[in-house]
Amino acid sequence: MNALKKYMGLVWVILGPLSIHYLLQTASSEILKKPGIDTQIQWGVFIGVFYPIAIGFILFGLYALEGNYDHLPEASEELDDYDVKPL
Amino acid sequence: MDNNNETKGIWKVIGASSLGTLIEWYDFYIFGSLAVVIANQFFPKTNPTAALLSTLATFAAGFIVRPFGALVFGRLGDLVGRKYTFLLTLVLMGGSTFAIGCIPNYEHIGFLAPILVLILRLIQGLALGGEYGGAATYVAEHSPAHRRGYFTSWIQTTATLGLFISLGVILLTRHMLDADAAKSIAKFNDWGWRIPFLISIILVVVSIYIRLKMKESPLYTKLKTEGKTSVNPLKESFGHKANLKMVLLALFGATMGQGVVWYTGQFYAQSFIENVCKVEFDQSRTVIIWAILFATPFFVVFASLSDKIGRKWIMIVGMLLAVLSYNYLFTNLYDTVDVKNKTEIVEKKEVKTTVTLIAATTDSIRKVVTKTFYTDGMSQVQTKTDTAYSTPGKTTKKPIVATSKTISSSDYWKMVGVVFILILYVTMVYGPIAAFLVELFPTKIRYTSMSLPYHIGNGVFGGLTPFIATLLTTIYVDNKIVGLMYPIIIGTICMIIGAIYINNKIDPEVNR
Repeated sequence: MNALKKYMGLVWVILGPLSIHYLLQTASSEILKKPGIDTQIQWGVFIGVFYPIAIGFILFGLYALEGNYDHLPEASEELDDYDVKPL
Repeated sequence: MDNNNETKGIWKVIGASSLGTLIEWYDFYIFGSLAVVIANQFFPKTNPTAALLSTLATFAAGFIVRPFGALVFGRLGDLVGRKYTFLLTLVLMGGSTFAIGCIPNYEHIGFLAPILVLILRLIQGLALGGEYGGAATYVAEHSPAHRRGYFTSWIQTTATLGLFISLGVILLTRHMLDADAAKSIAKFNDWGWRIPFLISIILVVVSIYIRLKMKESPLYTKLKTEGKTSVNPLKESFGHKANLKMVLLALFGATMGQGVVWYTGQFYAQSFIENVCKVEFDQSRTVIIWAILFATPFFVVFASLSDKIGRKWIMIVGMLLAVLSYNYLFTNLYDTVDVKNKTEIVEKKEVKTTVTLIAATTDSIRKVVTKTFYTDGMSQVQTKTDTAYSTPGKTTKKPIVATSKTISSSDYWKMVGVVFILILYVTMVYGPIAAFLVELFPTKIRYTSMSLPYHIGNGVFGGLTPFIATLLTTIYVDNKIVGLMYPIIIGTICMIIGAIYINNKIDPEVNR
């Protein structure tokens, strides 16, 4: 299972930039098709919101690739470890 | 400790928390439910589509600021306590809802009107971002470990019940302003829409009174007494890899899929029934109301079940069923009332044409109202409006066509059944999620840590579902159910991540 978690991490890392590319491409073609403030605001909002989420998705994939999800906390004692393991 | 002592007072805690959260959801949804009416009141009428889009954008803005509310109030909740933080969110939400009901419309104060509406809507979004995490955390921290899912499920019912009450209040108000139904609707569209906003203040005052009497969460109080509260919840939540990885997992493996299933099953279903199936205003809303009423108990059922078998697989199965059956269920909704599947009673067809001369011109506005009846009891009113030009050969390029169907009793209950299934999926993914999120994070940064993934998942991914789905139908105009592409893709990715990465183990001692 841990191997699958890592391999899938690669998929998430690739999917992140692909989704950004698709978003930007669709936004530019829609803005060119229907130029106007409404279209620009609408797609501007989408890009502004989903861009950082896609970055988070890439980070999630990297963590998975590094094996950070091989073991998840199963007891409260492990939750306390947050204090001593800075990023 | 026996069960009686463990659960002593928990119902008071659940009642007080749920009531406030219910009111917050009600406040938040009346705006969305009245999007078209608000567009007419506050946005320039020159372009109705632009007006509606502006409102939807405002609606979306309400959702997009929710994650910021989660950060601001989550931090506050971990620093000063749960009780006062979600008291503050309630005041902000109630105050801004009441204020929206008081704003003069665009004709009276010009562009100040939409600007004020936008600001108040943003405050609503911020307040909601702080409310849910607080209420869920507060109830969970009072609950015995083995029934955390069951007790937090009452908080989970509030979002759907808030929608239920908002739709009910709107329908009642719409029909009680005049003995004549048409006049009542006209009055509602003119000024009566303000009533659902204004009555919110009464509900909020009652809820504030109840919440003021509540005590701080026992776990938070214990941490505070021991001097172990977080000094920088944001840094501890998102600056430490061990916690950040759980925030990302909560978002991409649970709340993202939960959000799209929630909004597809309720908001998009209503929008689809009204705008794609063309079912008239009242029926399109009462279909949702009945389905909510029948499905709501299942929030408690699935959350209780999660106490016994774990949270993970209930949520995953809910997402799986949703993504596999959305196309079939929505096609079924469309086909149920599609005139191609009906037999027309030709002799009953009524056509009425009115022509009104346009002032200072020789052209006229021509309105053709066609009423068609079908053997199963359904009727359809189609209103076609165009300009009849006096210049020979000149015609309106694209007449405005509005269609409204009054469906038969059997079709009506069939639709209720389909929407019930859609909401059943919602109860599977949403019922256990509060307990699931609470158990992922430690007490001292729980409010901050669980609020952000919840509101990105529910607010951004979910809240934008009707907007993105409608947008897709304008890009791919020939496909009536193309809007489902968005929830199906997001739901599938989330389901795969959840199935692979999430633990099904419930930690019995997470309350520390």
